[in-house]
Amino acid sequence: MLTIKNLHASIEGTPILRGINLEVKAGEVHAIMGPNGSGKSTLASVLAGREEYEVTEGEVIFKGKDLLELAPEDRAREGVFLAFQYPVEIPGVSTTNFLRTAVNQVREYRGLPALDAVKFLSVMKEKMKLVEIDQKLLSRSLNEGFSGGEKKRNEIFQMAMLEPTLSILDETDSGLDIDALRIVSNGVNQLKSDKTATIVVTHYQRLLDYIVPDYVHVIYNGRIVKSGTKELAMELEEKGYDWIKEEVNAASV
Amino acid sequence: MTTTIKNNLLDSILSQVVSNPSFSELRATSRLLLEKNGLPAIKEEEYKFTGITKKLENSISDFSLAKKSDLNSKTVQSHVFEGFEGDILVFNNGFYDKELSSVSQNGYIFSLITDAKPELLGKIAAKEKDPFVALNNASFQDGVYLKIPKNQKVENPILFLFLNQSNGGQVIQPRILIEVEENAEVTFLEDNISLDDKAYFSNTVTEIKVGQNSQVHYNRLQNESKNAISVNNTETDIHRDAVFTSVVVSLSGDMVRNNLSLNLLDSGCEGNMYGLYLLNGKTHVDNHTNVDHTKPHAQSNELYKGVLADSSRGVFNGKIFVRQDAQKTNAFQQNNNILLSEDAIVNTKPQLEIWADDVKCSHGCTTGQLDEEALFYLRARGLGKEQARGMLLYAFTGEVMDHISDEAFQNHVVNIVQTRLGSNF
Ligand SMILES: Nc1ncnc2c1ncn2[C@@H]1O[C@H](COP(=O)(O)OP(=O)(O)O)[C@@H](O)[C@H]1O
Ligand SMILES: [Mg+2]
Repeated sequence: MLTIKNLHASIEGTPILRGINLEVKAGEVHAIMGPNGSGKSTLASVLAGREEYEVTEGEVIFKGKDLLELAPEDRAREGVFLAFQYPVEIPGVSTTNFLRTAVNQVREYRGLPALDAVKFLSVMKEKMKLVEIDQKLLSRSLNEGFSGGEKKRNEIFQMAMLEPTLSILDETDSGLDIDALRIVSNGVNQLKSDKTATIVVTHYQRLLDYIVPDYVHVIYNGRIVKSGTKELAMELEEKGYDWIKEEVNAASV
Repeated sequence: MTTTIKNNLLDSILSQVVSNPSFSELRATSRLLLEKNGLPAIKEEEYKFTGITKKLENSISDFSLAKKSDLNSKTVQSHVFEGFEGDILVFNNGFYDKELSSVSQNGYIFSLITDAKPELLGKIAAKEKDPFVALNNASFQDGVYLKIPKNQKVENPILFLFLNQSNGGQVIQPRILIEVEENAEVTFLEDNISLDDKAYFSNTVTEIKVGQNSQVHYNRLQNESKNAISVNNTETDIHRDAVFTSVVVSLSGDMVRNNLSLNLLDSGCEGNMYGLYLLNGKTHVDNHTNVDHTKPHAQSNELYKGVLADSSRGVFNGKIFVRQDAQKTNAFQQNNNILLSEDAIVNTKPQLEIWADDVKCSHGCTTGQLDEEALFYLRARGLGKEQARGMLLYAFTGEVMDHISDEAFQNHVVNIVQTRLGSNF
C-alpha cells in the first residue's frame, strides 16, 4: 500500500529526514518510536503534504501513485489521514460544519454520491458513539477550548468519518489518561480492517498494549535505525533510547 | 496647498443655488468654516492616510450637483434585496424620490427636511469636527427627517436605498435626520448602490438622536462601483439607558471614508460599533470612529475586521474618549486584519484618551496573514484549497455579520461575502 524509499526532507535548508525506507501493507499496523526531535512528526507531515517541508530525495508510492506529487487535499481524498500531534484551533469553524464539506468532497473524488444533511447526521451519530464524543463539542469552534483528550477524540472521530485507507496517528496517545486512551484505541481498532493500514507514532509503549503493532520501528536522527516486533517496544520501555543512540553513533564513527 | 480645491470643488459647490433657503444660519456658518479651512489636505492628521481631497480633484470633473435621474420602480425593485419587508426610502442621486419610495409611516413620522425644518438639524453632527459635515450643511439639497414617537416600536425595518450615478453633475449630497424618542425601538438598513461605474462623489450626513431607553440599530452596506468616492458622517447622541448599534460593511468603492461618532451622553447607555471591510483591487476604505463617554456607567463595544487583497488599503482609527465624570466606564475595542497580498496595506490606530480613573478599557489590533496551519489542517481533511481558504475567511468575518439585526439583510450580506470569499475575491 505504501512504499517509502530513501526519503530525505528538510525544512528551511536543514535536513531532518535522512533516508527513510518503509514498506506498509494492507492490514498492517506499524509503530514508529524514537526520541524527541528525531523526525517522527516530520515524516508524518511529509506524508500528509505539509508544504513547509522540502523533499530533497527519494520517493513515496501510495496505492501505485506518486504521493509526493499530490496536493494535501488529494492525498486525503486518496485515503491518507493524519491525526495531528497538535490539532489546530480554528475559531468560527465547527467540526460539523467543515466535515460535511470535507466528507462530500472526499466522496466525490472517490466516485460516491454526496451525503445529504439527514444521511450525514446519521453517519455522524454512528461514528460519534465510536469515540464517545458529544455532539455539542462538534458544534463548537474547532478545538477551541477543547481539553487534550477532546482534541484527540475529535481527530479519531474525523478519521472515522473520512474512512481512510492509511491512517497516521501522530502521538495521539500523548497526554491522554487511561480512560481516554482506551476510548481512542478502541475507536482505532474498530476502524482497522484487512484493507486498511495504520501507522502509530508514539512515545509510550503503553499505547501498544491497546493498538497491537505488527512492526515497531525506531527513528533516530532522521533514519529508521532499528525495526522489530512489539518486543522491541518493550525493550525500549525498559532500557530507554540511549543504547540505540550508542549503537548508531558507534556504527557511524 | 488646498487653493485649487477651494476654487474648484468648494467654489463650484458653494456657488450653486440651494433650492431651499432654509437653515440660513447653519449654511452660512458652515460656509465660513469651509472658506477658512478648506477641505482636508493630506497633512491633516485626521486625513493623513486618506487623501480624499486629492482623489476628488483627480477623479471628479464636474462639481455640480447630480440631478435626479430617470428611474422606474422596476429598477428600484431589482435593487431591493431578497426577503425585505418594510418601508423603502429611495434616494435618487441624493434626492428623496417620493414616487419610488413606499412610506407607510407605520410607527414613525416622515417628512422632508426642507418641509419640517427640524430644530435639531446640524445640532448632532459637529461641523467643526469634519469639513465634509460643513460641506453638506452648506449645500445639501434634499433630505428626510424621521421621528419615532415615544414608546413606539417600529415593527419592520426601514430601508434607505441610495441609488447613485453621475447625471448632470458628480456630487451627491443627501441628508438624514432621525429622532428616536423615549422607549422607542427601530432598525434601519442602508444600501448604497451605483447604477453605473462612472465616478461620483457622495457626501452624506446622518444625524441620529437616540432617546432615553430607546434601542436603535443601523446597518449599512457599502457596495458601490470601483469609481465611487464617498464620505459618510454619522453622528449619534445617545441618551440615558439607550442602546445604539451600528454595523458597517464595506465591500467596494474607489475611496470610502466613514466617520462614525457616538456621543454617550448619560449613564446606562451603550454604543456598539461593528465593521467589516472586504477589499480588493485598489479600493481604499477608511473607518474613523469616535466614542465619547461623558457620564458614569456607560459602555461601548467595538469590533472592526478587514480582509484585504490586491493593492487595497484599509485604515482604522478608533478614538475612545473617557471624560473625568465617566467613572465605571466599560470600553472595548478590537481591530483585526488579514492581508491576502503583499501589496495590501492596513493602517490601524487605537486612540484612547482616558480622564477618569475607575474604568475598564481594552483595545487591541492585529494584522496578519491567513493562518497557514489552519489551512493545512482543513486541506489534510480533504477540503480544496480555495474552499478551505473561503471557510477560514468566512469564519473570520462572520463575527461581524452576526450583529446585523435584520435576518433578510444579514442573508443578503452573507451571500455577497461568501460568494466573494469562495471565488478568490
Ligand atoms: N518548523 C520547523 N522549523 C525548524 N525546525 C523544525 C521545524 N519542525 C521541526 N523541526 C526540527 O526537526 C527535527 C524533528 O522534529 P519532529 O519531526 O517534530 O520530531 P519528533 O516528532 O520526532 O519529536 C527537530 O530537531 C525539530 O527541531
Ligand atoms: Mg512529534
